[in-house]
Amino acid sequence: MPPAGFLLGDAALLALGAMAIVLGRGRSASAFLYSGALIVSLLLFGAALSRLVTAAEPSTLVLPIGLPWVGAHFRIDALASFFLSVVNFGAASASLYALGYGRREHEPSRVLPFFPAFLAGMNLVLIADDAYSFLVSWEFMSLASWALVMAHHREDENLRAGLVYIVMASIGTFALLLAFGLLAGPGGHYAFAQMRADAPSPLVAATVLGLVLVGAGSKAGLVPLHVWLPLAHPAAPSHVSALMSGVMTKVAVYGFIRVVFDLLGPIDWWWGIPVMVVGAATAVIGVLFALVQTDLKRVLAYSTIENIGVVFVALGLSLVFMANGFSVAAALAMTAALFHVLNHALFKSLLFFGAGAVLTSTGERDMGKLGGLLNLMPATGLFMLVGCAAISALPPLNGFVSEWLVFQAILLSPSLLSWALKLLIPAAGAMLALAAALAGACFVRAFGIAFLGRPRSSAAENAVEVDRFSLTAMGALAVLCLLAGIFPGQVIDALTPVVRDLTGANLVSQSAIPWVSIAPVAESRSSYNGLLVFFFIGMSALLAAYVVHRLASRAIRRAPAWDCGFPDASPLTQYSPDSFSQPIRRVYGNFAFRATERLDMPPPGELRPARFKVEMVDIAWEVFYAPVIGGVNRLATWFNRMQFLTIRQYLSLVFGALVFLLLVLASWA
Amino acid sequence: MDRLDFDIAHMFAGGLVLVSFMLLYQDRLYALLNMFAAQALVLAVSVAWQAYIQDAPHLYITAAITLIFKAIVIPLALHRIVGRLRIQRQVETVVSTVPTMLAGIALVSLSMVVMLRVTQGADVLAREDLAFALSVVLLGLLMMVTRSNAVSQVVGFMSLENGLILAATGARGMPLVVEISVAFSILIALIVVGIFLFRIRERFDSVDLHALDGSKVNRI
Repeated sequence: MPPAGFLLGDAALLALGAMAIVLGRGRSASAFLYSGALIVSLLLFGAALSRLVTAAEPSTLVLPIGLPWVGAHFRIDALASFFLSVVNFGAASASLYALGYGRREHEPSRVLPFFPAFLAGMNLVLIADDAYSFLVSWEFMSLASWALVMAHHREDENLRAGLVYIVMASIGTFALLLAFGLLAGPGGHYAFAQMRADAPSPLVAATVLGLVLVGAGSKAGLVPLHVWLPLAHPAAPSHVSALMSGVMTKVAVYGFIRVVFDLLGPIDWWWGIPVMVVGAATAVIGVLFALVQTDLKRVLAYSTIENIGVVFVALGLSLVFMANGFSVAAALAMTAALFHVLNHALFKSLLFFGAGAVLTSTGERDMGKLGGLLNLMPATGLFMLVGCAAISALPPLNGFVSEWLVFQAILLSPSLLSWALKLLIPAAGAMLALAAALAGACFVRAFGIAFLGRPRSSAAENAVEVDRFSLTAMGALAVLCLLAGIFPGQVIDALTPVVRDLTGANLVSQSAIPWVSIAPVAESRSSYNGLLVFFFIGMSALLAAYVVHRLASRAIRRAPAWDCGFPDASPLTQYSPDSFSQPIRRVYGNFAFRATERLDMPPPGELRPARFKVEMVDIAWEVFYAPVIGGVNRLATWFNRMQFLTIRQYLSLVFGALVFLLLVLASWA
Repeated sequence: MDRLDFDIAHMFAGGLVLVSFMLLYQDRLYALLNMFAAQALVLAVSVAWQAYIQDAPHLYITAAITLIFKAIVIPLALHRIVGRLRIQRQVETVVSTVPTMLAGIALVSLSMVVMLRVTQGADVLAREDLAFALSVVLLGLLMMVTRSNAVSQVVGFMSLENGLILAATGARGMPLVVEISVAFSILIALIVVGIFLFRIRERFDSVDLHALDGSKVNRI
């Protein structure tokens, strides 16, 4: 399907949004709208996927709208097709999920019009082929998602989230605007085709790289521009959270790839270094904060930051390898980045859907009030387990494959010639390894506290399984997580045209290797077979179950005095989310969290309860934002005095300004 | 253009600057008003001379308006106001005279430098006229800045406006309607300011702007 088809799809989405305004609050409005969005997204997904799999040639379209003499350019190449597939698949699954979830929305008229508009905005960003359409679509996407974040605007926390989000989104768009302005040059060539053709000077290119890191990075959630993300993503309704976390951050990654790999021209040797360093820091800081949150959706939001860090490390590696002429290694790193983009879209959507299901059925996001949900919501629990295992990079699921590919690329770094890179890349690898391990702990905690053990509140005791639409959406995503993990070769081969366009090289065809193994570099070096691991895990699990059932004694036993460590029936004796993460909080508390623990222990005889309080601050607020906020405040206070001058002082200001300007005029060369 | 014509025009414009300096020096209100009338008179003569040498009859109307309103009506009205407010004995100095005069000299030299640099290649008469006009405007502003009495602020504003008229007549082809509208706006400004002066006086028992400033601060 050419770009015109995609534009028609976007127009259909926008029309749905307009219809939602007309239809209003009716119950059928929600079902009609989400099924419409589901159909359109599925069609767009099918079209994009077929373009990707058949490696269709790029096709373009120019419409005489937008800037005069520039028009609106649209183009779909392999990169756009891949991201279109990811976005529209995420959109389709979110629409399916929302068929069930959206029914319980209290204020549907605040969500329904913006949901399809948000989808259309993301699609338009991906097919835009000139700076003007790109920025307009980007801003449209931001504003639509902002409206969705503000859907439940009566909660104070959401108001703050919306404010921080719109400020950060504006800063990001502004940075992108400047970047495109620099790329367009004094001639004002806003079409991407012309930017591709002329290479900017090194200084301009470096500035553009920095601006794009800020612009796309603020949307993707790179440290230190991530502060809005853990506020805004959880504030939206869950299917929108899934879209924002799983899909919109991918649009930001697309923006980065489009500008840096496609438009910016020849790559300088050092470009990969800042990208990699920022990515590694993002991964570690994101997962550390994910580990200490007690709000389930906020855990997921911070984990998104971590995964974006992983993607950016892989992109940085790809830049480094390309600049040094190792095109196959660059292709490997790029494959890993794109594969992780796909995986994260799958499992993060799945996890947000699961969190939404928990929220629907218990009304709680606080993990300290959940527990024991696996017995009451077995299907949701199973799908969440798959999602948690996938995001913790456990084989045979998909998360393992992409992180394994990243590490394969890192292991190729000793062949680089520069010593700085030889030392830096393994250091980034060590950070990634730390992040991966902490992510494991984080999701053991998230799943264990919420779904295992005993309920910690009456809301959790009375949970019931959610509706079929939600379960179908989660189930489909869980199956895809498994399939992508077992058959990674097919995914890697589908990515080949994208990677070839961007890096000029590609990996050897993986589907040709027998028994669905993958060997990205060479079989002698490393290979992985997801099917074998799956088979082995399945067999050993079955065997263990059989042995336990077969050999366990059915004889009556007397219970021991200590009752397996649970003599007290109170659920408070279980691990709480805080106590589980306490060791990590202690270890990293000083530099990452600025954690202060306060213990209020009443003296013997007093009846009030003892209190233990932990306060944590995101270090980015202190280091990067507090000085800016303080500076603006001081400046505003200073300027405020201008409001209370006397008449003569105002006149003197005018007079002084006039004399100053005349002096400038007089001394002008 | 005749050399003599030019010299005479130059003399009148220079006279206007000189009177502006004299205006800056006065610290009694009646003397200030008299000096303002003298400035308007010089301006009227200067405009009439321009009308003669440019052969532009409509400038005679401007000269007449200036003479009637600025040299006679407005000073008389302000005289009456000052008399009725009983502030004719007040001496006011916010910034003392010597620094003010020095600042005025600096401003005149600044406007000369600026104008002569900027308008290179323009008509000689217009250049000189514009330089003097800018000086008068700046001196009027300086007066508004350094005085605290509302009446002297009005006078400063009016002398500033005189500078504008001088600039306008120096340039050829300025339409009459502009000048008339400027003159009317000045008249209306005088009426408004006069009413204000009485209102301020009723309320604060003073037309010193410090009283106004003080009240504003207190209210906030």
